Amino acid sequence: MTEIREVSVDELRHLVSDRARSGETMLLNMGPQHPSTHGVLRLLLELDGETVVSCIPDIGFLHTGVEKNMESKNYQQAEVMTDRLDYLNPIGNNLVYSLAVEKLLDLDVPERAQVIRVILAELTRINSHLVWVGTSALDLGAMSLFLYAMRERELILDIFEMCAGQRMMTTYVRPGGLWRDVPVEFEAAVRDFLALMPARLDEYERLLNNNPLFLERTSQIGIISKEDCLRYAATGPVLRAAGMAYDLRKARPYSGYETYDFDIPTETAGDVRARYLVRMAEMRQSLRIIQQGMDRLPYGPVRSNNRKYVPPPRSEIGVSMEALIHHFKLWTEGFSAPQGSVYATIESPRGELGVFLESDGGPKPYRVHFRTPTFPNLQIMPLLSRGHFVADVVAIIGSIDIVLGDADR
Amino acid sequence: MDAALIWEWVIKSLFIILFMTAGFAYVTLLERRVLARMQVRIGPNRAGPFGLLQPVADGVKLIFKEELIPAYADKFVFVLAPVLTVIPALIITAVVPWGPQVMLFGRPVPLYLVDLNIGVLYIVAVTSISVYGIALAGWSSNNKYATMGGLRATAQMISYELALGLAMLAPVMMAGSMSMVDVVESQRTLPFIVLQPVAFLIYFMSSLAEINRAPFDMPEAEQELTAGYHTEYSGMKFALFFMAEYIKMIAVAMIGSTLFLGGYAWPLPPEWLGGFAGPINLLAKVLVWLFVIIWLRATLPRIRYDRLMFYGWKVLFPVALVNIVITAVVIVLVGG
Repeated sequence: MTEIREVSVDELRHLVSDRARSGETMLLNMGPQHPSTHGVLRLLLELDGETVVSCIPDIGFLHTGVEKNMESKNYQQAEVMTDRLDYLNPIGNNLVYSLAVEKLLDLDVPERAQVIRVILAELTRINSHLVWVGTSALDLGAMSLFLYAMRERELILDIFEMCAGQRMMTTYVRPGGLWRDVPVEFEAAVRDFLALMPARLDEYERLLNNNPLFLERTSQIGIISKEDCLRYAATGPVLRAAGMAYDLRKARPYSGYETYDFDIPTETAGDVRARYLVRMAEMRQSLRIIQQGMDRLPYGPVRSNNRKYVPPPRSEIGVSMEALIHHFKLWTEGFSAPQGSVYATIESPRGELGVFLESDGGPKPYRVHFRTPTFPNLQIMPLLSRGHFVADVVAIIGSIDIVLGDADR
Repeated sequence: MDAALIWEWVIKSLFIILFMTAGFAYVTLLERRVLARMQVRIGPNRAGPFGLLQPVADGVKLIFKEELIPAYADKFVFVLAPVLTVIPALIITAVVPWGPQVMLFGRPVPLYLVDLNIGVLYIVAVTSISVYGIALAGWSSNNKYATMGGLRATAQMISYELALGLAMLAPVMMAGSMSMVDVVESQRTLPFIVLQPVAFLIYFMSSLAEINRAPFDMPEAEQELTAGYHTEYSGMKFALFFMAEYIKMIAVAMIGSTLFLGGYAWPLPPEWLGGFAGPINLLAKVLVWLFVIIWLRATLPRIRYDRLMFYGWKVLFPVALVNIVITAVVIVLVGG
């Protein structure tokens, strides 16, 4: 029998209260392999009976070195890594990276590509919120909703697949436009989804909104104030549920969001239920945006005509010497970006997603940094869970909507 | 006492144990299929027609699995706990009558193992034993999740047993006897659910808590406590806990049908089909009951532990007491 070495409480004394050292409270290691830590989050809980005295989140179990890896790839190759960050928001990650590169190169994006970007970004938001509503309901023991949400998510993934050939790792939005135009079936598929989804959202709300058991589990649990959100730089639905109407689609519009008509849902309670209500309302707003996008979808190119940075269409290569040279140069050594640094942001389903690009003038980025929403949002975990029960910790993790790939880059 | 009578008892006991074990296997299948239907899935349908051999496949898998005993576990108690849990579940239905007398092989055979004059008391007593199994399982695993699960289970089962016992008293008072056969026989015309709807509801809710089913499945709250008291169990030892849970599902359905829904005596006259209408009456009700339990699991979120204790002590228990008092007063006034 091999000897098992336990970490002594003394080694953790800077993290836990003195009562844990005397054995008065219990230290419970929740995760990284635990059914409801949404991936590989580890929480060290100090418990007094079932009440949480302190909660210490521990991240890094999904660290993939994405940021460092991107430094050794040229700008086109590096984009592939962005899908792997927040795997529930692939189009959004592609979009924010493309926005940064476009800012660096001063690239134009055709109107059709802008509209498709918005439609897909909003579909991604619904996709992410569907996974969230399913898993957080599952955490509370309502297992059927998870499968209903997955059923609807499947429709969105089908749309991604017909556009990008991939269900999750899309790499569809490229600097200067899109990889290719959407197929002809795209419009019908999105319109079907728009027709179906409101009724399905009503169904979810019928299951949860006034369910006394659900109310009991979510109201007055994990409350955070607007000020605390700002102190911890928590953004997205967490901040909006605390009463601040801060949404980058309105505050710093990109891809033409300023021309769409939509509201920012807010709540004031700041508890788990408020975050639930905000996200449900956001899905309806996203449907509104997609509807407007579909109605205005113009015809035209989906890629910039700037051949120095954007590859020419395949059909030109056979007839144009210039096109062949550009194609060859772009796919062998890539393009060199001008020296400088840029920062671009979007509103991801989880909050402010920013990317900082530093270019030294070569074909590879000198430094890439992602300001991902999960990382600061996760910081509020100790604040939210103090004084609640173990069962509430699960509800609170769910309500922050963490994606560990997003926290550990 | 002739030898044939002893044989009759042995055969009946064997039948009950086999029935409960096979029932367990097929209740798991029923649950998986029904849940799947409610969740727009298909469910297991590969092994045999309609997946009917799935329980066999599961059983074979569990038997051949490695049985781990954690290094720091209390080995004797760790092995004893699943046994302590499953035995009460197996013997609890001994007093539930399946039907009146039938003629089998030329001799009159009553369709129950034993007609105890304290049948209801026997049930309450036996259910209490299984708490030990769960508490010991949680304790002996030497795992914090298991310990918490075991403690929760103990507290929950003890609290709800009170309400459960009081709810079971109502039909006993109506029938004027603690024997299950007498209780059934006094429901020939009218099942007690009509006269005792409150007691029935209390019985239903506290029985869910007693057998740790959703929405009261706190001890094994997967999302909080991984698997609760049986976190460290694997192979057949895990299967025994699983078995106890599902057999208890069948048992509370049988007992509840007997006490409140007329058992074997209603709605078909039990003498039909040479006395075999009795089991049909009973099993049909058990099936519906099981379906409702599964349906609840598919629909409801889990209730939080402190709320559960609140309901048990401050809602169900007083209501059950008041119900008993009112029943007693009415019985005295009407004259029984």
